[in-house]
Amino acid sequence: MAVFANTAAVATAAGTVGGVGLEAYLTVAAILFVIGIFGIFVNRRNVIIILMSIELMLLAVNINLVAFSAHLGDMVGQVFTLFVLTVAAAEAAIGLAILVCFHRNRGSIDVQDVNMMKG
Amino acid sequence: MGLTAIAFYVMATVAIASGLLVVLSRNPVHSVLWLILTFFSAAGMMVLMGAEFVAMLLVIVYVGAVMVLFLFVVMMLDVDFAELKRGLANYLPFGALIGLILVVEMSLVFGHWIFADTAPAMRTAEMPAPAETPNTQALGMILYDDYILVFQLAGLILLVAMIGAIVLTLRHRQDVKRQDILQQMYRGRDVELKDVEPGQGV
Repeated sequence: MAVFANTAAVATAAGTVGGVGLEAYLTVAAILFVIGIFGIFVNRRNVIIILMSIELMLLAVNINLVAFSAHLGDMVGQVFTLFVLTVAAAEAAIGLAILVCFHRNRGSIDVQDVNMMKG
Repeated sequence: MGLTAIAFYVMATVAIASGLLVVLSRNPVHSVLWLILTFFSAAGMMVLMGAEFVAMLLVIVYVGAVMVLFLFVVMMLDVDFAELKRGLANYLPFGALIGLILVVEMSLVFGHWIFADTAPAMRTAEMPAPAETPNTQALGMILYDDYILVFQLAGLILLVAMIGAIVLTLRHRQDVKRQDILQQMYRGRDVELKDVEPGQGV
């Protein structure tokens, strides 16, 4: 695979990343990102699905980072993916903890009840 | 069309279809399972791109830990999910409109951007040839010397998240009896040993 060699990865303008072009990966990531935003709008009452939609959007971002990293032959994209993964895992843990706490106090996970938290 | 291209198209289709099902399925447990399938397909795509370590991390950390956490919470909470789904038909057109606008905006960008001529020179960590240095080794070499500070900070973030999650969900229940070890140790001489014959009792 000439793309991954450290010399002139960018020079191949129509270069392929893993069998297909870079645009194919970017399209998949874009569609997944839009599905994530769509999920937030559609399931605006269910916090669990909203959290899963956020995970979907972060996955799309990770695909983008890895695709550009492979296309440009630069490792930093994959390092950054690691950090995005870390923050996403921390966010999921804290979000679910808040959700459990909220359900314990309120007895439901409806987003429209969250305004009871304001002081 | 090569084998890798076929694999890409299969995994892309599975990822997008299961991503849609995450959002639209009625049962949140099914949503979690579809999300697991999405992550598996995304990991497959990352393997195709040559990022094996990130792909395996996605499978181990996401599918193995985060998604299991989601599954735990979904099954633990006693929530009437059908009631939460009630307004879905009202929000569907608005959500579809927002999604359509985003797709149009992103497709306007596609095909109109080019890499700068200086892009190859601006790379900070060139990827070594995979035949000489495997992906994991290359990632470790850059992560442990160039990005060591950020790596430690990521660990700190995870520690804070762990402590935060414990603090948020810990509760001391007053209505259960617990062992009080100090009280046991401070107990006075009111303990008496009795020699009880077998079969007779006290």
